[in-house]
Amino acid sequence: MNSAVALQTTLPILIPLIAGALSLVVWRSRQLQRGISVLGTGALLLASIWLLLSVYDNGIQVMYAGNWPAPFGIVLVADLLSSIMVLLTGITGLATAVYSLATISKKHEHYGYYPLMHLLLAGVNGAFLTGDIFNLYVWFEVMLVASFALLILGGERAQMEGAIKYVTLNLVSSAIFLSAIGLLYGLTGTLNMADLAVKLAEHQDNPMVQVVAMLFLMAFGIKAGAFPLFFWLPASYHTPRVAVSSLFAGLLTKVGVYALFRVFTLIFPLGDSLIRDLLLAMAGATMLVGVLGAAAQFEFRRILSFHIISQIGYMLMGLALYTPLAIIGGVFYIIHHIIVKSNLFLISGLVYRLQGSYDLKQLGGVWRSHPMIAVLFLIPALSLAGLPPLSGFFGKFIVIKAGVEAQHWWLVGIALLVGLLTLYSMIKIWAEVFWKAMPEGATAPAQQRGGTGLMVLTIVALATLTVLIGVAAEPVYKLAEYTAAQLLDSQSYIQSVMGVR
Amino acid sequence: MSTLLATAVGVLYATAIYLILRRSIVKLVIGLVLLSNAANLLIFTSSGLTRYAPPLIPEGASAVVDGIVADPLAQALILTAIVIGFGVLAFAVVLIHRAYEVVKADDMDQMKDTDT
Repeated sequence: MNSAVALQTTLPILIPLIAGALSLVVWRSRQLQRGISVLGTGALLLASIWLLLSVYDNGIQVMYAGNWPAPFGIVLVADLLSSIMVLLTGITGLATAVYSLATISKKHEHYGYYPLMHLLLAGVNGAFLTGDIFNLYVWFEVMLVASFALLILGGERAQMEGAIKYVTLNLVSSAIFLSAIGLLYGLTGTLNMADLAVKLAEHQDNPMVQVVAMLFLMAFGIKAGAFPLFFWLPASYHTPRVAVSSLFAGLLTKVGVYALFRVFTLIFPLGDSLIRDLLLAMAGATMLVGVLGAAAQFEFRRILSFHIISQIGYMLMGLALYTPLAIIGGVFYIIHHIIVKSNLFLISGLVYRLQGSYDLKQLGGVWRSHPMIAVLFLIPALSLAGLPPLSGFFGKFIVIKAGVEAQHWWLVGIALLVGLLTLYSMIKIWAEVFWKAMPEGATAPAQQRGGTGLMVLTIVALATLTVLIGVAAEPVYKLAEYTAAQLLDSQSYIQSVMGVR
Repeated sequence: MSTLLATAVGVLYATAIYLILRRSIVKLVIGLVLLSNAANLLIFTSSGLTRYAPPLIPEGASAVVDGIVADPLAQALILTAIVIGFGVLAFAVVLIHRAYEVVKADDMDQMKDTDT
């Protein structure tokens, strides 16, 4: 193992951990904490680009912790999917850090907002990079503890109520995950994912394997917010600070989706199993229920929260169809979704800054007062709804085309209908917040603090990325294509980790 | 012994789920405590029980150990899980305490404001 590989795979975890520790050291200095947060996430972004380039050129990179050979020690494995997810974490992290400078109040900073944010990023990256199933559980918990604390930062009533549901369901999910790991270890005597894939191939007929796979489906289904396990998400995501909402919306559920992609391509390849039928049904129901929930809402961030759920359905559809094209679509969709969704939450925060409310009925007239912000909203909103030439169109197009090829007509029908309803939902926000006149007796704007410039800057940057993914869809498609090929060829993953025997 | 432990695990899971479904947030947290312990005990049971054999390899032993040795990895996993579970549950206890102070009720039904 050469040291460059070791550095590449560990830096995305180490940088946020070090940045978090440093922010704890300078606990009393606001300025230093803010500086570290931007520098740390910036360095994280650079490190993740380095990792992706290296994985793209040299294939799967494996780091053996303490130089223990593969099935015995803990490995960090960076394949294309992991490194893409790490890159997206870097982008969302930097955007959130810059946005936080303008939006997180002094009070929240004193509660330790920045160290927690870094810890969350470390947990997310650890979950993406680890090649050990128990280690995955540990990173999940790191991420969860940080997210618990971020969620209740400020201690308002709504946050407490949301957090109780969030904490309970996520702890139940962790317990299910842990039980599944215990049974899997009892069955195979190993925890290394590549080794598990090899050992489980010999246990094909054992009904216990199905039980364990089902437990994993439940555990990650809760984390991902899939139907019918998503109820913690709309109850909690609209309660914390906007920067926190945006970070959660971009990354946390996607860690669950990533885990589903990893486990059901590598450890339990889907094939024609009961799990696959179940996933197909879950994908359809998730899309439909999410979008219908959004249609009933009149609160900016609640609408967006429900749309996270319906978008998760598209990613699950990509996984569940399990054809090369469908996996490409799923990966493309994840890339598009993380950037767009974080951006929409950031815009809801900007509107709140301007008009002092998240309630659509209290808002209005932004188009008249700030036309540029209205245009900035339209880019991610229409991308989410899937209008060409924005990124969402290609994501939806690939997934739906895969559905047509696999002849899952009802699923294709749902996906198209949900696209239409998403458009309806986005138009509703557009009409209520931006187009209609400011309602009589609306609440006065929240006190004006400086820094709207920084907010707009991050939103513009993310919107530009959305447009770029749409306009330059071909290179992104190529990347997704290689990723899907790598995911479906589990032998190459196993050989990279275990070494050629 | 396995049967006994398996029964205990089952009872723990059942009790935990029953308590989580109650309206009281105190019972909810007790349920979560039991759930994480049930999972720990499940790892212990399913990874195989070895009697009278500590997970220690005698000094100077060759790579292949003679005789029976308990599997140390399962115990390491449980230890990690206990530590994590302890931290998370400590958070949960503080959370319900704060929630009780804010909402002034030990009742999930009073906490529906953020539901949809």
